[in-house]
Parts: sequence; C-alpha cells; structure tokens
Amino acid sequence: MVTLALDQIGAGYGRQMILRGVTTPPIEGGALTALVGANAAGKSTLFRRIAGQLKGPGTVHFGGIDRTELRYMPQDTAMSAALTVFETIILALKQGGGWRLSAAELAQVEGVLARFDLSHLADRQLPELSGGQRQAVSIAQTLVTRPRIVLMDEPTSALDLYRQVEVLNALATYAEETGAVMLLALHDINQVMRSCRSVIALAGGQVLATGPTLDVLGPEMIRSLYGISCRVERCSRGCPMMIVDGVAQPT
Amino acid sequence: MTLSPTALPPTNARAYRALIARRLAILAGFAALLLLSVAVDISLGPARYPVADVVRTILSPGAADMQMRVVVWDIRMPMALLAVTVGASLSMAGAQMQTILANPLASPFTLGLSAAASFGAALAMVLGVALFPGALTLMVPINAFAMAMAAALLIFGLSTLRGVTVETIVLLGIALVFTFNAALALLQYFASEQALSAVVFWTMGSLTKATWGKVAVTAAILVVTLPLFARRAWALTAIRLGEVRAAAMGVPVRRLRLEALVLVSVLAAVPVSFVGTIGFIGIVGPHVARLLLGEDQRFFLPGALLAGALILSATSVLSKALLPGAVLPIGIITALVGVPFFMALILTKGRKAW
Repeated sequence: MVTLALDQIGAGYGRQMILRGVTTPPIEGGALTALVGANAAGKSTLFRRIAGQLKGPGTVHFGGIDRTELRYMPQDTAMSAALTVFETIILALKQGGGWRLSAAELAQVEGVLARFDLSHLADRQLPELSGGQRQAVSIAQTLVTRPRIVLMDEPTSALDLYRQVEVLNALATYAEETGAVMLLALHDINQVMRSCRSVIALAGGQVLATGPTLDVLGPEMIRSLYGISCRVERCSRGCPMMIVDGVAQPT
Repeated sequence: MTLSPTALPPTNARAYRALIARRLAILAGFAALLLLSVAVDISLGPARYPVADVVRTILSPGAADMQMRVVVWDIRMPMALLAVTVGASLSMAGAQMQTILANPLASPFTLGLSAAASFGAALAMVLGVALFPGALTLMVPINAFAMAMAAALLIFGLSTLRGVTVETIVLLGIALVFTFNAALALLQYFASEQALSAVVFWTMGSLTKATWGKVAVTAAILVVTLPLFARRAWALTAIRLGEVRAAAMGVPVRRLRLEALVLVSVLAAVPVSFVGTIGFIGIVGPHVARLLLGEDQRFFLPGALLAGALILSATSVLSKALLPGAVLPIGIITALVGVPFFMALILTKGRKAW
C-alpha cells in the first residue's frame, strides 16, 4: 500500500512563511483524497513543498515508494507552444530519456489519451484547444508515466459539468487500479463528497482537520473554511450533499 | 517488414509516426536547398562561372584551372560558408533565446548583443581603442566580441537575481539596444569622415571580410554547442510549457536557463563580431522552423539551424544578383527581402503559438 504522510511541514516564499506545522496521518492510496480550503489557504504551496519545488522544515514520508514516482500537476493551465497534444504527452514521458520512442511508449501515450477521452484531439496544436481541453491534456500528461503519488492543483477548475464528472471518475478508477495516492485540490464540495474518500482541510497554512470525507465536511467545518452557512443533507437517494444558505454572519 | 494486425500501432501513434516522417522530409528539403544555394552563391561574382563548373572545382580542385580554383576556394567559398555558419549560429541563438525567455521577440538583435557589438567595433574604428591590446589587425572583431559578451553577461547576471522574470530580461535587452545605439551615435557624431563610413558599413553587416579562419571558428562553435542543446532537447521543449510545469516534470529550470544563456551568448557574439549587424535571421529563422516543424526541439533545433543558414545563404545570392557587379551589404537585403516573405508566412499559417 502506497502512503503519503506529512510531519510538521513548513514552507514559504523568501521570509514569508505560508505553511506551518502541517501534519497528517498517512494518506492511503487507492482512492481520491481532497485538499480543501479557501483561496490562499496554502494548497498550492503545500503541493510544491511535497513535490520538492520548495524547501522548508518538516518531513514528507513516502510509504512503500520512491519520490521519483511522484507527479505534480500545477494549477496554471496556460500551456501554449507549437506542440500537438500527442507531443505534449510524449514530453512528460521522455524527460531524461533518449530521442527515440519505442512502440510501447507510443502505446502508453495512446492509452492515457483514451482514458481521458482525448484521442480525437491528439493531432491538434495546444493553442487551438479550449481551456478545458488543455486542462484535460495536463491531467493526461501528469499520469502518462503512471505515477503512484499524484498531486493535482484544481484539476477540474476549467471543466464543464460533464467533464468534471468524467475526469473525477477516471481519476478514481486510476487510483483503484494503481493503488496510487491521489491528492486533489478541489473547490466544489459536492464533487468532493461524491468522489473523494478522505479530506484534508487547510486554513491559514495549517491543517484544520483530516479524515473520512463526511466526518470532516460538516456545516461547522465548511463555515470555518469558507465563511458560508450551509446544511449537509441526504438527497432522496441517500447521497450527502451540501446546500448553501448564504454568507455566514460573523459570530 | 511485416506486422501482424494486432501489432499495428493504434491510429494516433501511426499519425505521429507520419508527422515525424514529414518533418524529416522538411529537414532534408532544407538541407538540399542549402546545398543548392551555396553552389549558386559560389558561382556568382564579378566573373560568373556555370554552377556545374563550380561544383567540379569544389569536388576536385586539382583538376580545375588555376584562376578558377583561387576564386572559388580562396575568395568565394569562405564567404558562402560564412553565410551558412553565421546564419545557422544566429538562428540557433535566437531559437534558444526565444525558448528560455518565453518570448517570440528575443534574438541577438533585440536583446542588444548586436548593438553592443557595433559599439565595440566603432570604439576601434573611431577612437582606435582596443579593449584587449595585442592583435591590432583583429581589433575590430575582438572589440565587438568583448562588448557583445559584456552585454550578454549583464543580461545573464541579472537573470540570476531573485525575482527577475523573463519579461524583465527582455525589457532590459531593449534598454541595452537603446543605450548602445545612443553611444554609437555619439561616436559617429565625433568620428572623422573616413571612420564614419567604416562604422556605417560595418553596421550594415557584410560577409566580404570572410576568411577560412572565421569559417572555422564559427563552425567550431556550432559543433560544440549543438550537441549540448541536443542533449537537453526534451527539457528545453518542456520549458515552453511554463516554468512551473517544466519543474513539475523534473526539469532543473534555473540551471537549464543559465546554461542555455551562456551557450547562446557565445553563439551570437562571435558571428556578430565577424560580420556586423545582421538583425533579421535570429528572429525569422526560428519562426520559420516553428511554423513548419513545431517546437519539439529534436526537429526545431536542426530546423532553426538550417532555416537560418538557408536564409542567409540565399540572401548572399541575392546581394550579388540584384545589382550585377555590386555586392550589396547583406544586412540590408535580409530585412528588405525577408520581411515580406516572413509576413506572408505568419499571416497565412495563422497558428498562434505565442
């Protein structure tokens, strides 16, 4: 079982510390884990710290895995270069490798395109794509090496509703198949409730709570994370969902 | 070779293989055109020789008549080949500047290297100042090289500072262009008539001072830098998707950028110090390659190199052919003839990579 655990993680830019003492129990692979929190809560900073792009105190424990198997998908979707979708995926696969592509590598690219419903766009150039398509390409690019620890910063922010559901399902399937730890920064609480097994709630650079999705995401936690008042109720089929009542009155 | 139906690669992989084949064909086409252009370039001059005779003289110099051998081998070949190496160097330098600075306007010309070289050359021609005393016959190119490297190192040094973005570097380059142009104008204002005309002629760019030595130096620099860039082909391509994303793929972005800047500085400064200001190649060569071959550096890099070499070689042909008996300064022709061609290319292809 692949796990990822954080122990007293800190990180920041220059002298400004964004994260302080971020600690989590081991996050287990095989299902999606959501990283939730308001804008500027430190989600992207946490990802960059785990990915090794930022230095800081504390330890990241990779259980049963080498850190080279980690892939991080940044939030920025502004990919623009004279490259086709197919080439963009190849690029992630071949970093550090030779110039030649084997049939197996081409099949790997083909496979990840099919998984994220991008096969029909393979020969299109990046500048011709819509924002949502580019985001899907970015996701495929992140997973082409079949990493077993995956950090994705808002992977669904540019997707329409259909694509959000489709992509989250595909990511959950990937997690099940590979046993990978999948940590996704997400803003849509209902999507989190529908697709994620567990949640890490981040506010002001610190962890407010971690645990199974429904244990963490109650009305009180959502209120302290986002400052809105809401109810979490079961729909007629028994699925939990959040209903927003409005902006929370300061207490 | 036979493949069983199950072993056939799926459609997209097949399409990709076809794309690769097409690109190789384009590169081969470039190379063939370049050879042709060089042959024509050598055949043109005050004495016109048939291209076939020229090719024969090149292939078996011993069999050719004395006068033709001297003209072809000692006068015209260095010029024709210097056009190739200089065009290739400037274009490759421009290509990698555009890549690492994520800016389509970056080139040895727009970042101030050419202007710095002109100023260095003018220091020698107007004031007789040798930045490195010693070889007085090489005072002009050495001054030009020293100033171009100084400009490059200034940009290079500033880019290592914390918080300096690629936009800052490009703006700094533009500031350098204006600074050196103003300094050059000041020198010209005080220059004697003779020195003034030398400076003006130098800044127009010319291949007429070509020697085998210059060809060898520029070729050697290409031979050294090309494999260094080629080894980094995937990483350099990844940088075009943005720093954060490239870093996420494991590319050491800062180090790669610094290494590339050093290589690019040498690659641009040497040719500029030999031939003067040839502004157009460093921007257009890479753009032609990008439009026809995309930005996968495995094709983009040789493409930019060949495109730059071909453009400057073809320009050299034109500079002799336009006015029979006269060789127009090549820097003028590159812009006059190249710009309409370039405009047509970007407006018709319509792919917006930037």
